[in-house]
Amino acid sequence: MTTETPAQSKSWLREHSELGICALLVVLGVLVLTDALRIPTDFAQRGPVGPKAVPILVGSLLLVVAVLLARDVLRGGRGEAEAGEDVDLNAPADWRTVLLLCGAFLANAALIGVVGFPISGAILFWGAAYALGSRAYVRDPLLAAGLSILTFVIFNNLLGVPLPGGPLMEVF
Amino acid sequence: MEQLLNGFATALTPTHLLLAAIGVLLGTAIGVLPGIGPAMAVALLLPVTYGMEPTGAFIMFAGIYYGGMFGGSTTSILLNTPGESAAVVAAFEGNPMARKGRGAQALAAAAIGHFTGGIIGTLLIVLLAPFVAKHAVDIGAPDLFAIMVLAFIAVTSVLGASRIRGVASLLIGLTLGLVGLDEMTGQQRLTFGSLHLADGIDIVVVAVALFAVGEALWVAAHLRRKPFEPIPVGRPWLSRADLKRTWKPWLRGPAIGFPFGAIPAGGAEIPTFLSYVTEKRLSKHKDEFGKGAIEGVAGPESTASASAAGTLVTMLTLGLPTTAVAAVMLAAFQQYGIQPGPLLFQRESGLVWALIASLFIGLTLLLVLNLPLAPLWAKLLRIPRPYLYAGILFFASVGAYAVNADIFDLLLMFVIGLLGFGMRRYGLPVLPAIIGVILGPAAEQQMRRSLQLSDGSLTGLVNSPMAIIVYVVVLIIVFFPLIKKFLPKPTPPAASEVEREKVDA
Repeated sequence: MTTETPAQSKSWLREHSELGICALLVVLGVLVLTDALRIPTDFAQRGPVGPKAVPILVGSLLLVVAVLLARDVLRGGRGEAEAGEDVDLNAPADWRTVLLLCGAFLANAALIGVVGFPISGAILFWGAAYALGSRAYVRDPLLAAGLSILTFVIFNNLLGVPLPGGPLMEVF
Repeated sequence: MEQLLNGFATALTPTHLLLAAIGVLLGTAIGVLPGIGPAMAVALLLPVTYGMEPTGAFIMFAGIYYGGMFGGSTTSILLNTPGESAAVVAAFEGNPMARKGRGAQALAAAAIGHFTGGIIGTLLIVLLAPFVAKHAVDIGAPDLFAIMVLAFIAVTSVLGASRIRGVASLLIGLTLGLVGLDEMTGQQRLTFGSLHLADGIDIVVVAVALFAVGEALWVAAHLRRKPFEPIPVGRPWLSRADLKRTWKPWLRGPAIGFPFGAIPAGGAEIPTFLSYVTEKRLSKHKDEFGKGAIEGVAGPESTASASAAGTLVTMLTLGLPTTAVAAVMLAAFQQYGIQPGPLLFQRESGLVWALIASLFIGLTLLLVLNLPLAPLWAKLLRIPRPYLYAGILFFASVGAYAVNADIFDLLLMFVIGLLGFGMRRYGLPVLPAIIGVILGPAAEQQMRRSLQLSDGSLTGLVNSPMAIIVYVVVLIIVFFPLIKKFLPKPTPPAASEVEREKVDA
């Protein structure tokens, strides 16, 4: 047995990062099983199969699949990353863009109830466009605001799908 | 027949005609946009119909569905980068044609192919669906459960490179489907005391999260800095010589596409490929294949549309989605409290026949509108990518929020979107998860109902000939890798030994 240097073990982890999916499956499995076991079955049960059976089955299968997938990964099996029109798999993952996008998305969720959809939606669009590399400081915000207000009017007033207008729309 | 005429009467009112036209245009426009396939198109456009009455909404969906499929082929032909599996084959011959300056002919062959395949497929729906529905009424809970098991197994085994990853995806979907109150006893499952989760996770939120948010994040991580240059095209038209080569492939397509669409085998992926191989074998211009043979566009495109029609038969009569688009459409039906299945043709006969009539109308509009508009669609391919993916996230948020006007759904969508990102990164197919979310609860109900009838005896699951046949098919699919070992091998053993030696050395 050779001792592994930190760099080596790090690259091993990178090579086998798919084990993270296995871990996720295990967590889900444990979650489903513990939740299923706490369901009381003494009352309200109709028929021979109660509300527990399927969760227990799904939970156990999750654990089994996690083990099988781990075996596959350790034997060198790799999930094939999804290709696409705009996907360049040769480029390394760009985590900054992903994090910025997540931020824009969550900003919308946090603000929609406070400032209303026209503003929070515009922030989402501009933020996402910025994250993806668009740097037109005049066109982007204008486009975002236009899109957001137009969407609001079409959905809220034409299609009958209510969206929160927020203080901005109360002015009108 | 009379019902179909009534359906036409409903679908031909000015409002419905307008909705069908909007559906076709929106569907094509969104389908042409790179990175958006028909499933995401339907999922993103769901909120547009929340305020409509169901008939109008489904007439629009019919247009979006066919429009989205045609849009996907346009991207394949002009960019050589298919956004979804059904359009992969269109790129084989379509893109070489476009590069030789015959893009207009390729688009015309595709558009007319979609029209022919769709019309023949829809005619088959008219002929077959009432028949299937009539007999499906007698199908009991054990049979339905068996069919759903078949759908689960087929969707995990037939698609994708790795079965275990398909199963993992299915289980994730089933887990999401468990969340909420148990329908039979009202017990809370996986709600963790949250009132938001007690109603279950909305299928629309799951679909938009997995298709749109997951995709946008995944593309963002690997965004191609220099997008492909689309090939400019003129107005599509076909010469007499082209027509002579294409009419037979157009008519052959439905024979392959329709049956494959109706069974849970992953939609248009396999039949379009089969059609391509068939056309290559039958063609008088075999040497042109790979360099832009028009038959290789016409056949598969017609097949793709016909398989979409086949998908609708299974979805409407059995309530069983066999493709991602059908899964999202099923979610849309459920949104209106309508349950597709054997009883749909009795209970909602007006709606169903209007939907079928609007398929004919939608296809005609598709042909009439898209041939002249093709140069415009080609321009859509130049949309700046930051705007495209920002727009996807924007409309995904609108959709998820509009379902219940609840911020919680946005957060849920974010978490499931991250899951979708991880699934794309590690090659877990998305379709099994969607099928799991939608069919999981229904399958559980049917299973428990069967066992209730048999008083808990497991024989209750296999007490009908149909259920037994379906389980035999399931077993064949499950053990196919084992069976294959006993079949004669296609490659001579000597070759594989040589390879093994090489690996050892």
